[in-house]
Amino acid sequence: MALILVVLIPLVAAVLVALTGAWPNLREAISLLAGGILFFLVLSLLPSVLAGENPSVWIAEPIPGLPIALRAEPLGTLFGLTASFLWTVTTVYSIGYLRGHGESNQSRFYAFFAIAIASTMGVAFAENLFTLFLFYELLTISTYPLVIHTGTTEARQGGRTYLGILLGTSMGLLLVAVVWTWHLAGTGEFRAGGILAGTASPLVIGVLYALFVFGIGKAALMPFHRWLPAAMVAPTPVSALLHAVAVVKAGVFAILKVTIYVFGLDLVRENGASNWLLWVAAGTILIASLIALQQDNLKRRLAYSTISHLSYVVLGALIANAAGIIGGAMHIATHAFGKITLFFCAGAILVATHKTKISEMDGLGRRMPLTMGAFLIASISVAGLPPMGGVWGKWYLALGSLDAGYSILVGVLMVSTLLNIAYLLPISVRAFFYKEPSAPASGIIEAPTPCLVAIGVTTAMCLLLFFFPDPVYRLAVMLVD
Amino acid sequence: MILSQLPALQVTLPLIAAPLCLLVRSGRAAWGIALFASAASFAVAVLLLSRVLDQGSLSYEFGGWAAPWGIEYRVDIVNVFVLFVVTAITTVVLFFANDSVRKEVDASRQSLFYTVWLLCLTGLVGIVMTGDAFNLFVFLEISSLSSYVLIAFGKDRRALTASYQYLVMGTIGATFVLIGVGLLYMMTGTLNMADLADRLPAVMATRTVRAALAFLVVGISLKLALFPLHLWLPNAYAFAPSAVTAFLAATATKVAVYVLLRFLFTVFGVTFAFEAMPLGIILAVLGAAAILSTSVVAIFQDDIKRMLAYSSVAQIGYMVLGLSMATLTGLTASVLHLFNHALMKGGLFLALGCVAYQLGNVRLGALAGAGYRMPWTMGAFLVGGLSLIGVPLTAGFLSKWYLVQAALERGWWPVLVVVIAGSLLAVVYVWRVIEMAYLRRPADSDVSTVREAPLSLLLPTWFLIGANLYFGIHTRLSVGIASKAAAALMGQSP
Repeated sequence: MALILVVLIPLVAAVLVALTGAWPNLREAISLLAGGILFFLVLSLLPSVLAGENPSVWIAEPIPGLPIALRAEPLGTLFGLTASFLWTVTTVYSIGYLRGHGESNQSRFYAFFAIAIASTMGVAFAENLFTLFLFYELLTISTYPLVIHTGTTEARQGGRTYLGILLGTSMGLLLVAVVWTWHLAGTGEFRAGGILAGTASPLVIGVLYALFVFGIGKAALMPFHRWLPAAMVAPTPVSALLHAVAVVKAGVFAILKVTIYVFGLDLVRENGASNWLLWVAAGTILIASLIALQQDNLKRRLAYSTISHLSYVVLGALIANAAGIIGGAMHIATHAFGKITLFFCAGAILVATHKTKISEMDGLGRRMPLTMGAFLIASISVAGLPPMGGVWGKWYLALGSLDAGYSILVGVLMVSTLLNIAYLLPISVRAFFYKEPSAPASGIIEAPTPCLVAIGVTTAMCLLLFFFPDPVYRLAVMLVD
Repeated sequence: MILSQLPALQVTLPLIAAPLCLLVRSGRAAWGIALFASAASFAVAVLLLSRVLDQGSLSYEFGGWAAPWGIEYRVDIVNVFVLFVVTAITTVVLFFANDSVRKEVDASRQSLFYTVWLLCLTGLVGIVMTGDAFNLFVFLEISSLSSYVLIAFGKDRRALTASYQYLVMGTIGATFVLIGVGLLYMMTGTLNMADLADRLPAVMATRTVRAALAFLVVGISLKLALFPLHLWLPNAYAFAPSAVTAFLAATATKVAVYVLLRFLFTVFGVTFAFEAMPLGIILAVLGAAAILSTSVVAIFQDDIKRMLAYSSVAQIGYMVLGLSMATLTGLTASVLHLFNHALMKGGLFLALGCVAYQLGNVRLGALAGAGYRMPWTMGAFLVGGLSLIGVPLTAGFLSKWYLVQAALERGWWPVLVVVIAGSLLAVVYVWRVIEMAYLRRPADSDVSTVREAPLSLLLPTWFLIGANLYFGIHTRLSVGIASKAAAALMGQSP
């Protein structure tokens, strides 16, 4: 029951938000309330999931043998918890941001935001490939109005790239993979150990796996990564929650889920025909970091950083051993908190000073000490250094690479850490140590309070996840037991 | 007693109502009669459907003359399904027609309009019902002649040229069908389809029968606007009155697809049509070419009605592609798409009818900002467009699903690529409209007075659009019957 509500509550919230558009306070209260309820609903699923039960619910069956159904399993619960928690935080942030920045069409914004969250929950708790595909497409479509929110020519261009790549890959590759899987296995259900073992030749399995990995375009594996920088034309809360957490993580989450429950770890590991994908992921990690280095627009730099980090998770799935999967799953959660904080800070800077370029941010640390302090902490977490939560995902990924005998991948991870430091830390350094070019206006100009509250919460989570990674770890471990 | 006469009623109801419309002279009264006749024939179709589902196929001898000599009406799961679609669509579209036609057709000619409409319906229903090859030709002519007239009712004078063009092409098509039927009669001495199917195997190897097949396929392909014989369709659809476009797009080509199915699978049989003759590959190539080429052409249309017309040709390509595989799944996909496409194109053309009613034209530029001024109309267009693309949870997705499944079964990889490319092209041409409606502000202020279309137009539109969503989730009716129909066509008892 709680499982159906998890999808329904954001949908109901979307309708209510659309209806109460004339009373902004009431509208935002509904969004917040829905976020809170949703988080506690997902939390209420946690005990039974940890106990090894997988509560499930059947909704409809459009094609015989292809039901729309939901099931709470560890990975989905982990993703669902992260996304629903951050939805609440982002709503707090959006209140400050949208009002501070004077955006128009705010009701439309909150309504589509809620629909996007409903789709994310659907992706998280999908019981089979068909349900996953369904909510995956819904997520693309419901986020499109958010990407083009400002309605400018640039936004329309970005929207086209966004929709073109995401729909193109999902319909052109993912759908084929889903139908093919169904054709081979006779089912699309996510089962422990996979459903494809022994149904086809290694070559076919390899091709099919590649179709999934590239077809899930939301994972932004090169060369299908262009939509993510294009989506940065959206208002910052959208970039923060959807394009650092919900949408992109739905992508890598789907890859993990397909790897674990459709192919099975053994099949992926032992099938030589999918090894080359490892190098695509490793290449994406490095190339995206190098591109990030050259971006002067802060949000674009963060976007390329996200592309690089998404491939960490893909790498974990492709290594397909216990440590790799644990690393991938943990990275989904820990990177989410770090990256959303960075985006929150970027938005706070935009609202307070209208600056988007890194080269203009010299000396900003003295004007916005809280924001830039949080930016520094989150940078360290994203780079994967202690004492921040981001370290755990990388730790287990490196461990997994060694277990699988790919010591060179450890090298890739370490070079990537250096690159992370190289493109993130200079921003803080500029902010705190460089002089402001023009005569400094007196005083502190921080972002609106709701923004600061949200930034505070996510920054604290970055720290907490280093000292208490246990809940995340326990869910991740359940995947490989 | 009356129940056993249902097959006759199905055809005679609209036929008798047609002259009545002419007699009353008043447009509104004629509309009432037409609507009543359509609703009644829909009721008959529903009754027939439930009887066929319960008892299997029915046979009705016209005038009590026994089968091979008299005209037999044979109702099985295949044609009763098409019947259901045709009569349902005409009823819904007639609800829409009342206001729409009053705006687009002169008051003095409205009663004539509904007369011709009913004649067209008679023809379509007759084609579907009859079990007699020559009778089929007669009804084909009735429906064709009346649809030329319906198209010529368009306000734009170019409607006349479009109608004339269709007349020339349609007549060639009908002649080819007649030649085909004549050749078959020459070889077998019978016109009854079931009888033909029995007698044909004996003379299968002759050149005459092969020629008959060729004439029939080309003739029917002209009527169903199979690429490259589709040239009459875009103009005809673009210049016809809105209601007529919706009606013809959702029914006329579907009936032609049915005729093709009937001749290939029931009369000639799968073995002859697809193994002895290379029809499978010919139809597959033409279907694929239709999908790709006309989808691309659709992207460059400025007139949205014409854009959807080109899209219709592409969608017909999907149906032909499905049947060209001559497998159970392929036929299911084909029949299912016949049903689903009637829903989506009917809904889309009705939505365009609302636009035409309010804005006076349907050029792309006129739609700037329409998403805010006509939210329900453009909402309908959006949902219909998503169904056309084949997004999950809409009816269109199911057709694509079965088609892809069929291609995988046969191992026809290129088909897979074509289906997917077609969907992506559909994304492009649908999105041009959506972007214009929601992301552009109207150029000047004189259109700011434009309001939402009246409820009398919105209700039928949303009825069809809603059906797209309903049949995307509850598929017992559509997929259930489509797979039974496919089994019946393949000669397997369901």
